[in-house]
Amino acid sequence: MTKIKTGIGRRSFIKSVSIAGGGMIIGFNWLACKRAEEATENEVAMQMPDEWFELNGYLKIGDNGVVTIYSPNPEIGQNVKTSMPMIVAEELDVDWNNVVVEQAPLNTDIFTRQLAGGSQSIRQGWESLRMAGATARQMLLTAAASEWEVPVSELSVENGIIQHKNSDRSIGYGEIAKAAAQVEVPEEVELKDNDKFKIIGTSRKNVDAKKIVTGQPLFGLDVTQDDMLIAMVVQPPAFGMQLKSMNAEKVKEMPGIVDVFTIDTYPEDMEKEWSDVAAFSKLAVVVGESTWQVMQAKKELKVEWDLNPELTKDIQILEKSLGMDDASGLESSKFHASLMAEVGSKKSEVVRRDGDPEKAFKNASRVIERSYTCPFLAHNCMEPMNFFANVTEDKAELLGPVQTPEYAEKSVNKRLGFDLENIDIQMTRMGGGFGRRLYGHFLVEAAVISQKMGKPIKLVYTREDDMTNGVYRPAYHVKYRAALDGNNNLTGFHVNAGGIPESPLFANRFPAGAIDNYLAESWTLESNISVGAFRAPRSNFIAGAEQSFLDELAEEMGKDPIQFRLDMLQRAKTDPVGEDNDYDASRYAGVLKLVRDKAGWGKESSEISRGVSAYYCHNSYVAQILDMSVSNNEPIIDKVTCAVDCGIVVNPDAAKNMVEGGTVDGIGHAMYSQMTFEDGVPQHKNFDTYRLIRHREAPKVIDVHFVENGIDPTGLGEPPFPPIMGAVANALYKATGKRYYDQPFMRERKVLG
Amino acid sequence: MANFKININGKSQNVDVDPSTPMLWVLRDHLKLVGTKYGCGIAQCGACTIHLDGNAIRSCQLPISTVKDKKITTIEGLSEDGDHPVQKAWLEHDVPQCGYCQAGQIMTATALLKRNPSPSDEEIEMAMNGNICRCGTYTRIKAAIKTASDSDIA
Repeated sequence: MTKIKTGIGRRSFIKSVSIAGGGMIIGFNWLACKRAEEATENEVAMQMPDEWFELNGYLKIGDNGVVTIYSPNPEIGQNVKTSMPMIVAEELDVDWNNVVVEQAPLNTDIFTRQLAGGSQSIRQGWESLRMAGATARQMLLTAAASEWEVPVSELSVENGIIQHKNSDRSIGYGEIAKAAAQVEVPEEVELKDNDKFKIIGTSRKNVDAKKIVTGQPLFGLDVTQDDMLIAMVVQPPAFGMQLKSMNAEKVKEMPGIVDVFTIDTYPEDMEKEWSDVAAFSKLAVVVGESTWQVMQAKKELKVEWDLNPELTKDIQILEKSLGMDDASGLESSKFHASLMAEVGSKKSEVVRRDGDPEKAFKNASRVIERSYTCPFLAHNCMEPMNFFANVTEDKAELLGPVQTPEYAEKSVNKRLGFDLENIDIQMTRMGGGFGRRLYGHFLVEAAVISQKMGKPIKLVYTREDDMTNGVYRPAYHVKYRAALDGNNNLTGFHVNAGGIPESPLFANRFPAGAIDNYLAESWTLESNISVGAFRAPRSNFIAGAEQSFLDELAEEMGKDPIQFRLDMLQRAKTDPVGEDNDYDASRYAGVLKLVRDKAGWGKESSEISRGVSAYYCHNSYVAQILDMSVSNNEPIIDKVTCAVDCGIVVNPDAAKNMVEGGTVDGIGHAMYSQMTFEDGVPQHKNFDTYRLIRHREAPKVIDVHFVENGIDPTGLGEPPFPPIMGAVANALYKATGKRYYDQPFMRERKVLG
Repeated sequence: MANFKININGKSQNVDVDPSTPMLWVLRDHLKLVGTKYGCGIAQCGACTIHLDGNAIRSCQLPISTVKDKKITTIEGLSEDGDHPVQKAWLEHDVPQCGYCQAGQIMTATALLKRNPSPSDEEIEMAMNGNICRCGTYTRIKAAIKTASDSDIA
């Protein structure tokens, strides 16, 4: 048993009466009870208690033993709304069937890091969630011991029932909760040993599943209130342009239209948060009674645009030598490609150098050089950006989907000048995140619009607004070089990586540390196209490129691709080169060996083309083997085998779902998706031309295995996504005899044969 | 604006809207049936799928003026309490991640199973190909449809 200081701070246990939303929104009664039952059970209505007792900010216990656990972090589909409360319930020792889960609102007094990003929710919440449960359990035990006048050490607890075996007495949490709420918060609590876990490590159904499959209101777009108006924005048609003038008179007369005006979301003098990324600050706004009416009015609005001098000056990539008009700043994808290939590496800076790479290349018998690219990507959350705002004279109520509520609150504080305590942000379940909702400009826009209208409004982006608004995954380019000596030994390795406008390089990750002479260089090119984190930022390109290159290198060296990686990892483990190597070579090798065994590497039928890949990011290790066959000139992905080391798996079936989804997502983006530009205009505006992976293209089978090592949990939302892109490329090579270097691999529907 | 009397989930409803208004927005804005989702507005993603006389149809491309006396079923009308065989199969396989597209997936799957109670893998893929799941739950969707196969779907 681990003793642990309850270091989450006394302020975590202040009475938080404001935790309930208070019926602000029709259809979103945050206190409405929902039973976290197993979905296959017959539904038995959970009796709600007459009185609740709050033991700390994470949970309250009803007089009948029902426990409400607040899930602190934003839910974007990564299932933390189920798995975070599971961790609290574990240490509380309560029957999961007696638990009601509620999404907590933003409350920085109680919770730390209420953010969905970096695959860190479980990893960074692990200790505080356990502590919240253990502290409450301790308070309940103390109260029971006091009532029975026995030492706490003589008590045991199971499923919310406290027992004193010596006197054959027992009492439920509900009966002792009132007394427990008066107990002083312990300075120190004991956490369970891993082998005592009853909830962690067992599969529990998504607590919102029933609402999802019955179409109940859950998402930001579902928010409604009687006097609410619908607002939409009209943004410039191209990156590098801005609003010049607008003729709104005709549109104001259209049915249902209440007002048409312009806003400046981020005035020049406003101090921005990192999350305030927005390509377009000045927007035309149409406000009306219904979504369809506003959509129609938007089409009729006459807006003039001109070049934005702020965004089109000093853009380094606009060089005349490459045939670009340096006065316009309206970028095109074909220029991006040539810039990255021809200009990028000339701006390189050395990030890491081990040994003497220049000498290794000079003395090499053979040098293998390959370049890889990927395009910009739109996040394309299925639920387009939206937010509800009700800004009155002295208060801002905001409700909707945002991954960074704490930073959004600061932005609203700065934009509207309201004190933080007068800004109330609540999170809905989100129809996808993938990093897009880290950038809450839409929340600020909603607040500004509501303030101007003096009314509650819901800002809604159309799909086209959402897809053409930016905050894209950057475009990247990497060149790899390998030096081989006369005996076919790898003597030097050179990675030169960059992008528009950031570099994807992780200089200290594998294969750094495994090669004597190693050189990593990085460069960037500027752009006025707004970018942001996209599921596994930077890894989501560099992993696939690196794993494709290693595959080709293994072939050139006549080695088995898995054994080649294992040999390098063995070197990194026993005799690492350089310092700051950012991976554990044993755990890396562990997932490769596990996937090799589970997939039966080398035992596949001759019909199957296999690709392997492995990568480390967000503190976790993932290896994948992808089985491909070809039918009617189309690639069929028969199976993907995944081995994952993310430490303790809190909710195994949900974790499998996440690995399956990350795998499908990675295949889709490697094969089909891209955002391109012509004169600054996004060339894909909706799903008719922006290709996302669909049912027929998904793997037929995804077989997921977790390494069991009892290590505290690490990331899972992102790690399965980057490596699969390498496995796709390597399997495509086996299937077609052709190497694939440029994503998306399937630019046309059929490219095989 | 015009008044329309339409049959939704077995109930007659009166709505006063512009005749061009797609059923998607009639359901969501005017009738507060928000289970039917907006995803693309151009019939490319399937999030807004409803049933029109039992057939799966994209409600974003269905103006209210064309509905007339045809019967509309939405995700809310599939069952009283989530006990429709397809919904139960979805719960059994714990299909959703973000969950946003799933109502549309369920409506397409239900229409498929009505006309073809035991579809092959390929038939499932073909029928479901118009419904995008950005989270990538396709393998679970297929498994859930197979579980719901041969059940009595009214």
